Order: sequence, then C-alpha cells, then structure tokens
Amino acid sequence: MAFDVRVTDLSLEEPASPSDREGLGVLAWACLGFVVLLAVVAVIAPLIAPYDPYLQVLVDSNQGPSRAHLLGTDELGRDIWSQLIYGTRTALIGPTIVAVGAGLLGTSLGLLTGFRGGWVDGITMRLTEIIYAVPPLIVAIVLVGILGGGYWLAVVVLIFLSTPADVRVVRSAVLAQRELPYVAAARAVGLRGTRVATRHILPNVTPTVSANILLQFVGALVALSGLAFLGLGVAPGTPDWGLMVAENRSNLDINPLAVIAPALLITLLAIAVTILGDRVYELLSGRRSVG
Amino acid sequence: MKIVTFVARRLVGMIAILLVVSFLVFGLLSLAPGDPAVALLGGPSKATPEAISQVRALYHLDEPLLTQYWYWLQGVMRFDFGRSISSQLPVGDAIGERFPITVALAMYSFIITVVIAIPLGLAAGVRRGTRLDRTVTAGSLVGFAAPVFAPAVFLIYVFAVQLGWFPVYGPGKGAIDRIYHLTLPAIALAVGQIAIISRQTRAATMDVATQDYVTFARVRAVPARSVWGGYVLRNAALPVITISGLVLAFSLTGAVLVEQAFALPGLGTLLVSSVNALDIPVIQAITLLTAFVILSFNLIIDVTYFALDPRLRRGVGA
Repeated sequence: MAFDVRVTDLSLEEPASPSDREGLGVLAWACLGFVVLLAVVAVIAPLIAPYDPYLQVLVDSNQGPSRAHLLGTDELGRDIWSQLIYGTRTALIGPTIVAVGAGLLGTSLGLLTGFRGGWVDGITMRLTEIIYAVPPLIVAIVLVGILGGGYWLAVVVLIFLSTPADVRVVRSAVLAQRELPYVAAARAVGLRGTRVATRHILPNVTPTVSANILLQFVGALVALSGLAFLGLGVAPGTPDWGLMVAENRSNLDINPLAVIAPALLITLLAIAVTILGDRVYELLSGRRSVG
Repeated sequence: MKIVTFVARRLVGMIAILLVVSFLVFGLLSLAPGDPAVALLGGPSKATPEAISQVRALYHLDEPLLTQYWYWLQGVMRFDFGRSISSQLPVGDAIGERFPITVALAMYSFIITVVIAIPLGLAAGVRRGTRLDRTVTAGSLVGFAAPVFAPAVFLIYVFAVQLGWFPVYGPGKGAIDRIYHLTLPAIALAVGQIAIISRQTRAATMDVATQDYVTFARVRAVPARSVWGGYVLRNAALPVITISGLVLAFSLTGAVLVEQAFALPGLGTLLVSSVNALDIPVIQAITLLTAFVILSFNLIIDVTYFALDPRLRRGVGA
C-alpha cells in the first residue's frame, strides 16, 4: 500500500515523442481486455461456472485436476475452477468501491486544502501525518479485527485509510496549478473561488486523479486479499482469491493449482490495472512518465 | 540551521505525533464490542462479578477517560502494557519473545533487497532504454503489484514442496538453522521491496545523469569514474536512502503476511492471533511499537539527509 512511491515516479516526467500519444498501445489494450474479461465473468459467473462454488462434496475432496474438476477440488470438495470464477466478484467490487470512494473524498479534500490553504490545509496535513505513522495494513488489520471482521467493513475501513494518499497527491497537483497564469486570469475576470477550483483547476488535475484512482484500486485489491488471507476479510467459505490461497495452503502438495492460480490472478489483475493507470496518466497529461 | 536545532525540532514533532497515536491506540479498548472489563477478561464466560470489579480497579475503568489514559500512558512509559488476555503473560514479555524473529526477518530481507535492488537500479538508470533497463522496469512492476503472500506461496511450492531445499514452516533453532529457515520468508518479503528500491534508484540515477552539471563534467573530460562515482552516485544516493529507510520501516506490514504464510512466531503472527482473540493489550502494544519504529526511522532518515546534503544546512531549498 505504498502509494506515495508510485506517485513520486509519476511526477518524474519527460516530454512525449509523438508516437507515444497515439492510443493505448498493445500492452495497455491487453490489460484493459483482461480487466473487462474479468468483469464480464463476474457478471455471468452463474452461467459459466460448472459447479456451485459453495457446494461441498466431501467424497470428492482434495482432488487434483481432472475432466470433471478442471483445477481439482479443495479440502471440502468444492470445485476450484468455479470458486475462481465467482472470486472475480470480491476481487473487483470491493477495490472499485474503495478506489472511487477514496478518490471522491480525497479529490474534494485535496482541492479544498490545496486551493484554500491556511488552517484547513494545516489541519488536514497534520491528520494525514498521524495516519501515516502506522502502516495502513496494520491499521486495517487492527480495526477490522476488533470491529468483528467482514468484507464490507474492510471496504469501509480501506476507503478512509486510502483517502489521505489521494488528498496528498491531489493537493500537490493543485498547488502546482494554483500558481499558473490561467488561475490568476480566471480570478481577474471575477470568478468565484469555488468556480475556479471546480471548473478550471479540477480538469487540469484530472490525469493525476484518474491515474491515482487506478493505483488505489491496486492498493485496495492487494489489501483486501491480504486481509482475506489473514482470515479478516470475507467470511469463511466465500469464494475469494485471497481466502482460497489461505485455505488451500495446507493442500499445496496435493493440488498446488488451488493456491497458485488465485495468487497468480490477484497478481495479474494488479499488474494490469497498474499498467492501465500509468498509461491513462500518460495519455491524459500528454506526457510520458519515466518507466 | 544547526543539526542540533534540526534534530530537536523533529524530536518534538515526533513526540507530539506519538502522543496523538497513543491516545488513538488507547481508544481501541473502547472500540471493542461490549464492556471493556469483559473484553479485558477475555469474554463473558470468565467475567464473574468479582473478576469484573478487580479488572475495573486494575485498569481504573471507573475513572474518566482522560484519567484512564493518563494511568495507561504512565504504564506505557515503563513498557508496561498490562497482561495479555490469552497468554496471561505481561505484554512486554509476550512481545519480547516474538520481536527477535521479526527483526531478523526484516534485516535479512533488507540485506537481500539492498544487495540486489541498488546495483540493478543503477545499471538500469545508467544503461537506459537497453534490454537490461526494460527487464528491470518490467520486473519491478510485477514485484510491486504482487501481494506479499503470492511470492511466499510460490516460493514454498517450488523450493520447499517440490525441490525440498528449504523447510516449509517454522523458525528453526540456533543461529545457522534460523538463517536457513528464514531464507525463503526473507526472499518473499524482499520481492516487493526490491521492486520499490530498484525503481527509485533507477529514477534517481536518470534524474541526476541528465543534469547539466553531469553533461558539463563529461564535456570537460572528467574521467567517467569520477563523473559516476562523485557526481551521479552521491546525488542519487539521497532519494535512495529515503526510500530504503521507509522500506525497512514498513517491512513489518509485509512481515505480517510473510510470517502468516510461513507460520513464523513473530510480531506479525502475534498481531493476527491477538486480533482474532481480541487481546486488546497486545494489539495496543504492537500498534504503538509500530508507530514508534516508523517515526524513529523517519527521524533517522531526515537526520541522515541533513547530514549528507549541505544545501539543507545552509537553508537553500530541499
């Protein structure tokens, strides 16, 4: 969840060569395709999953891959392939809510603090400093654990833990814009502050905001699956990639795919969205980030 | 600014933040569902009226919140966090037992990280746009995106289950055996850290290498070794030190997942089991300890920066 690191990378820019500006590029298209594919799978999961992911058939437990069970079964005889298919749901929904929620909150606060400055800025920055004193995942583990666990609780906690990163990023982007002549011009024409902030500055920080929302998605995906892995996220038995890794670990010698496949899917989804985030930033800002 | 003034200022800021964090950590007790006294006793089954009144007296639960906090803080200053609910040990002892494993894991993986990431990042930054550079960049993207437990289970499968080179679980006994047992966990933890540090090293190297003074030094025919060693390395070192310090400070986060994956009895697994058992005193101690470690690292990083960068001492920009 070290969002700052990547955002620092994004700020090291260089002018684009003309060819870089055209379209998404093959790699980014492939990433987008992968994400869309997973989203479609999440919607039509009941149609394509060969088994009910909750269905326990104890006589079929701990099987390796076979024609009946493409990726084998787990300890309780549940079909791994069907669980993976249904797992797309928790993998996409929670992180999306966290990224968009924190994005909205963080952008509004970032605009407010960056544009207004003064005591609002001071208080917000001190607050983010305090939140940064303990790593977000530790806070999430403690809060979610003490409050009783669960997927939706984790989502809500993560929204609040991800917001400070957004505030910081948007604020520094706003601070950079604030000094530019167009803002002074808008003011000179007599526009009110709110209008300048929302109609003039906001569009100019959109590349940062959009790229950041995608990066937050990755952070939330990794955090939620981490919590699930620790047994603090989704309820036991839910088809969820992080939880599958944890539950099938003891079965690693019999059916390694039950562990490797969900871990790989989380990683691939995280990589795909990271690449998309970088690319979106490049496209919207008309610049190429280093790396 | 003199370095003493600088350190003193930062120290005051750090103590202020620690105080706020400690108050929030103290508040965790009231966040737990139900009566704090029952929570401290470990559930309603053990909460006889006598036991409750005993706990209420021990933790000053009948006093106002701020007074309770004051008593608690006084204990914390003496490293007294009360007793663990599940093990009945003093929290300090419970943590002291687990601390060495997490520290060993963090140090081990940090050494692996630095040895691999800094040369890779430097090479990629210097030989920019080459195949090496693209490989490092792509590799760091993968390492960055993967959740820590993914390389962990992968390593367990390949090197412990399939090849049988390393043990699957446990911390090992004795120094050599401990290192042997911690090797896979340390590598798993290092994957993400290598990604972060190599990426930052590469960016810093490129940033410095394209500065005018570097170009000018080359034009003046300053020997390549002095250009890279004296100009580029020294200047690129600053952001790399910052990020390395942060990575080390934050390794506890990754350690929670790695320890869980490898069943290592460290602070991370202690935190998870305490959270599951609602063992509030232990949770409070670990959280506050984490904040303390991270803030101390921040302070050390700032001071190092200050000592290394003469511009800061003269108060010229950052």
